[in-house]
Amino acid sequence: MGELRAYVALAGAQARSAFSYRASFLIELVGNVGATVFDVLSVLVLFRATDRIGGFDLPEALLMTSITSSGFALADFAVGNVDRLKTYVRAGTLDAVLVRPLGALPQLLLMDLPMRKMLRVVFGVTVLAVALGLNDVDWTPARVLLVTLAPLSCAVFMGSIFVISASLAFWWVESGEIGSAFTYGGRDFASYPITVYGPAFRGLFAYALGFAFVAYQPALALLGRPDPLGLPAWAGFASPLVAIGAATVATIVWRIGIRQYRSTGS
Amino acid sequence: MIKTKDLQKNFAVRVKSGRFRREKRVVEAVAGVSLSIEAGEMVGYIGPNGAGKSTTLKMLTGVLSPSGGEVEVCGLQPVPQRTRLALRIGVVFGQRSQLWWDLPLHESFALLRHIYRVPAAEHAARLRRCRDLLDLDDFLDTPVRQLSLGQRMRGELTAALLHGPRVLFLDEPTIGLDVVSKQAVRSFLAELGATGDVTLVLTTHDLADIERLCERLVVIDHGRVVHDGTIEALHARYGSRRSLVADLSSPLPEGFVLPGATLVGVEADRHRVTFALDGVTAGAAVADLVTAVAIRDLSVVEPDIEDVVARLYAS
Amino acid sequence: MAGKDASVLTISPDSPKRSSITTFGALVGSGFRRYTTYRQATIAGTFTNIVFGYLRCYVLLAVAASTLGGRPAGYDREQLATYVWLGQGLLSVIMLWAWSELAERIRTGDVAADLLRPVSPLTAYLAADLGRAGHAMLTRFIPPVVVGALCFPLHVPARWTTVPLFLLSVLLAVVVSFGCRYLVNATAYWLHDARGPILLWVLGAGVLGGLYFPLRLLPDWLAATLWLATPLPSILQTPLDVAAERDGPAMQAGLVGLQACWAVVLLTLAWIVQRRAERRLVVQGG
Repeated sequence: MGELRAYVALAGAQARSAFSYRASFLIELVGNVGATVFDVLSVLVLFRATDRIGGFDLPEALLMTSITSSGFALADFAVGNVDRLKTYVRAGTLDAVLVRPLGALPQLLLMDLPMRKMLRVVFGVTVLAVALGLNDVDWTPARVLLVTLAPLSCAVFMGSIFVISASLAFWWVESGEIGSAFTYGGRDFASYPITVYGPAFRGLFAYALGFAFVAYQPALALLGRPDPLGLPAWAGFASPLVAIGAATVATIVWRIGIRQYRSTGS
Repeated sequence: MIKTKDLQKNFAVRVKSGRFRREKRVVEAVAGVSLSIEAGEMVGYIGPNGAGKSTTLKMLTGVLSPSGGEVEVCGLQPVPQRTRLALRIGVVFGQRSQLWWDLPLHESFALLRHIYRVPAAEHAARLRRCRDLLDLDDFLDTPVRQLSLGQRMRGELTAALLHGPRVLFLDEPTIGLDVVSKQAVRSFLAELGATGDVTLVLTTHDLADIERLCERLVVIDHGRVVHDGTIEALHARYGSRRSLVADLSSPLPEGFVLPGATLVGVEADRHRVTFALDGVTAGAAVADLVTAVAIRDLSVVEPDIEDVVARLYAS
Repeated sequence: MAGKDASVLTISPDSPKRSSITTFGALVGSGFRRYTTYRQATIAGTFTNIVFGYLRCYVLLAVAASTLGGRPAGYDREQLATYVWLGQGLLSVIMLWAWSELAERIRTGDVAADLLRPVSPLTAYLAADLGRAGHAMLTRFIPPVVVGALCFPLHVPARWTTVPLFLLSVLLAVVVSFGCRYLVNATAYWLHDARGPILLWVLGAGVLGGLYFPLRLLPDWLAATLWLATPLPSILQTPLDVAAERDGPAMQAGLVGLQACWAVVLLTLAWIVQRRAERRLVVQGG
């Protein structure tokens, strides 16, 4: 209990730090919402040229985009900071974290609570609501459950990808942008129907890494459409399991990474 | 309070050999350090750059895991019992801040109370004491980023002490400080050490810190302890001596011998001479000298620790 | 200095123009060499650009596949693939991402050291940026284009003039991008913290530069307005359209001419802003 209060206090301190640069905070807030708006806008623009992409029409595609974008925004808000790990490793800030009586990962995440990223979650969820309205969903209890679980599972999955990508810095401090290929790349991948991708690329991202279960399969299950790629209908409901699997892997990778840091230093 | 036995830390470094090949080479940053520090001791841990000081400190605080040997701080294993140990130790890194950069100092302190789960009354009492001793009141409301280095260091010291640690580790606490701030930090630490409640381990390059604060001095070089004992023992071991500097009214006669002392310096046409005192008291040497020559001025110089340490590093 | 007299340095006997060209060349060279030391970051960044290349290429090809006649916004499949893969290569050359070096130096006050040099900061940074771009052209442009060519059919230029025109267009794009980045960073002289403006630049340049989708997909009036009223399409869209031969020779040359105009306008603006900032710095102190 005391530990929880410590984390709450840490979070509060970060919020106050952010507000101490009021002008920057506002601009970054606007900028962050802008980034999410542009992601959705891109989909709308592409649909100006055609009425179907990969066999899906605009409302259907928008459903996938919005599940991804609300889940990603949530993950980025909660753990997106972790991609600064390489800076912390290089600057030795991690040492200061390790001499405190709290877990290392939560401390790192709370070192800069990005309040500015909050509005993106709101925007993502709004688009999701609009997309659900545009589609003719045949609501069943299972689908109601799925529509709440899908963005959360997406957030857990994306958050795990964030942690795994960032952990790379424990072994390779100069890993630079390579993590974004999987975090931001994964988000872009999952924003479109995965039918658009070539078989090898799709095999890697969608099934080997699991990005198919972020938005594509849940969206099919919500829409009641059979998967043109042949997975059964229940695959959409597997997304929480895939997310838990990813979180497990992320935890293990992080633990091994910290041990690696301990044995090599910076 | 702190026990290490044959503590080791090896780093694997990749060295370029040839155009594309890279060779793995093992560097022994700490090569078998055995220390035993009792509660209430004040220990200075010094060594040239790259000697392994910070690496040792990181192993003692649970940041790095040792490659070999044993280590125990406050009866705990630093790495496996990191969070429990963290509650009992305080750490000050001179070159990086533990405070919240954008928040006023007092908010950092309040936050640390939550992080370390300190009862409010205890926290307030300790803060009160630090505020008095370190004159924090003028800048408690200032965001840390706007503090001067000296003010920030006083804040860092307070931050490390608010949870009442049994051991305080200080990694170069006076680095970059001006003379006044250095004095403030030193007298604060001296007072803290005098209570005997806290064990103090500090690394530094400023030997004045050591002279002022530490009874015991551990010198490390190339990952090994080369001296462990009092400053006097170090002087005795390396034959550093007090010396007698005299300004004479007339030049020192050729072939003059002062019993028990060696002539080590002659300046200003033999008008200023320096004798190193080997086995004789300053009083006896002065008495011998006045009988031989007329003296205008006289001073006895204590041995310089910097010289000793420089000789130690060089050997 | 060993073995030399401590003589007073004299101005080099070369003509001023020639020596300033030599200085500029040396600065370009140092910008180039500086980036050769970031080999690991180069590899990591190239990998990421290639992954995004696959993503964007598949999506645009899927759009083409379901468009009537298979030519969305007037690009055929090969032109779209060229657009994507050359774009992924050029990303690092024109540096569409955040560049905050100048803003950081202004914030910390280090910029005062730049003002002490006999070369104006604008010239020095431009030279360094050209060196950086040259290095990126050799190391970061080629890999995505090679990968793209191996996996997708790319458009082979039908006119020989396209190649030199493309290279000229890339050079102008670097200058235009530099001008924008310099102006964005220079806001730090007044705002002290340029993070906000830099963020807006990264956003705007990505979308309105043509990275997310070819601007030709927008309604014509909007695309034309963007091209004429903002420098952003001149940064990425123009060189890519030139390389993909989206338009006839006259339009191609016209777009590059427009880039040149923007380059001149932005450099002039940057020069004026720098002068005002320096005067302000001298009057008010850092």
